[in-house]
Amino acid sequence: MAFITCSGASFGYETGVAVSDLDFAVNRGDYLCIVGENGSGKSTLIRGILRLKEPVTGRMQTGDDLKPDEIGYLPQQTVVQKDFPAGVFEVALSGRQNRRGFIPFYGKRDKQAALQNLERLGVAELKNRCYRELSGGQQQRVLLARALCATEKLLLLDEPVSGLDPLATSELYGLIETLNRKEGLTIVMVSHDIRSAVEYASHILHLGNKQLFFGKTADYLETPLCKRFLGGEKS
Amino acid sequence: MIAIITEMLSYTFLVRALIVGLLVSLCASLLGASLVLKRYSMIGDGLSHVGFGALAISLATGTAPLTLSIPIVGVSAVFLLRISESSKIKGDAAIALISTSSLALGAIIIALTTGMNMDVCNFMFGSILAMSVADVRLSVALSSVVIVLYIVFYNKIFAVTFDETFSRAVGTKAGVYNMLLAILTAITIVLGMRMMGALLISALIIFPSLASMRICKRFKSVIICSAIVALSAFCVGIVLSYWYSLPTGASVVVVNLIIFIAFSCINLIRGGLRKS
Ligand SMILES: Nc1ncnc2c1ncn2[C@@H]1O[C@H](COP(=O)(O)OP(=O)(O)OP(=O)(O)O)[C@@H](O)[C@H]1O
Ligand SMILES: [Mg+2]
Repeated sequence: MAFITCSGASFGYETGVAVSDLDFAVNRGDYLCIVGENGSGKSTLIRGILRLKEPVTGRMQTGDDLKPDEIGYLPQQTVVQKDFPAGVFEVALSGRQNRRGFIPFYGKRDKQAALQNLERLGVAELKNRCYRELSGGQQQRVLLARALCATEKLLLLDEPVSGLDPLATSELYGLIETLNRKEGLTIVMVSHDIRSAVEYASHILHLGNKQLFFGKTADYLETPLCKRFLGGEKS
Repeated sequence: MIAIITEMLSYTFLVRALIVGLLVSLCASLLGASLVLKRYSMIGDGLSHVGFGALAISLATGTAPLTLSIPIVGVSAVFLLRISESSKIKGDAAIALISTSSLALGAIIIALTTGMNMDVCNFMFGSILAMSVADVRLSVALSSVVIVLYIVFYNKIFAVTFDETFSRAVGTKAGVYNMLLAILTAITIVLGMRMMGALLISALIIFPSLASMRICKRFKSVIICSAIVALSAFCVGIVLSYWYSLPTGASVVVVNLIIFIAFSCINLIRGGLRKS
């Protein structure tokens, strides 16, 4: 069974259905990019995968030994975080908040894991700095380290490169690719950057308030949908 | 100075006030950072007004103030939290509605029964004479509970304060911790209300954390710094209150305000130095 299986699911708000007809599966080791225009329901689907939202119809299941709380998540930045006095190490460590069941304190293992993940993302020397004083790219790396502290299986990234300069963007893509290829993490990423999406991802899910395409990237490149989307980006 | 303090410590009512005040200040300063950062400070303010209403009822009916206000304010805490979390109603407007209504009801109850006397003024701005022996016992017990619960759940509280969505995503019951925060706040407010005054108690929650956030860069240091600020502000405030016969709550708040201004200046100067 796949990590995530979505069969005929749709998600919505009180105001109506935001995204429907979802039929896809994410297997261990996949790199899935979710693309689509603004308001096409990408973030809503992410909330669904995270179980923050129940499907209105259909089903959303996790399988293959993936427990619902073993999903690492890199959210879009919230306003509160902008002036929050938190240390980088504290933020990374908070990824371990549910690794110890009912024991409320962090142990040595947790602290080591947090440090290792900061090192893995090349921000270990920032560990005593204040989170709000970092640059956007550094902040994203710290949040990614936190997500890695929470899981070694599946990472869910909602527009991880928004607001980053081209260099930081390609560095972050490189990092995510390494995590996927070398360390076998499964990646589900929302992206507006269709070019990079088709470059890095193994699978593409194209949304437009319903599922427009799901399949291998190579197949996606052949569809008129992709050509139009790629063409639209150029102009 | 030493003479004043020894003189103060020779009065048992002042010792009682000191014990309760220090414990309540500590509780309030611990909770403060999360409340401010989660934009829950309005809840603290709302609860203190509800507390005023509850005090008025207890004064009118002759029941013990703490036994009556703790349940009332506790229930209101849960209620206010629900309101501010639901997106349908304008949260802050609803809280303002509830707090002004309780204030109005309290004022009417007082006017109909005892009338606006010195007691009422003490309710609003605080008095060091407020604490009986039974009150002290209950306050020590409850504030220890608040402090222990806060320390035990500190990591979760930090995580939920920093990023609730992430916490929910990795399986933390964020709602439970929000509720915990609200209830601990309710207890703290009720315990401190008569000494600090219903109109001023929420300053005790907000000021030390806001001041510490000016100069601290980590959550843990914010918490520790606000605990130190709160404890010292209380000590200085109560000495001033005794010496100049000022309302306790008002003097403590003024000391807090001075510390806040001082920390803001330090922050500004630091920022200026870094630029040049
Ligand atoms: N909290 C909400 N309440 C009601 N409707 C919402 C809410 N959030 C989003 N929507 C609606 O759901 C639809 C999908 O929104 P969603 O945030 O999933 O889009 P998105 O694909 O992530 O867009 P973007 O590229 O801008 O991030 C939109 O039409 C939006 O108006
Ligand atoms: Mg989105």
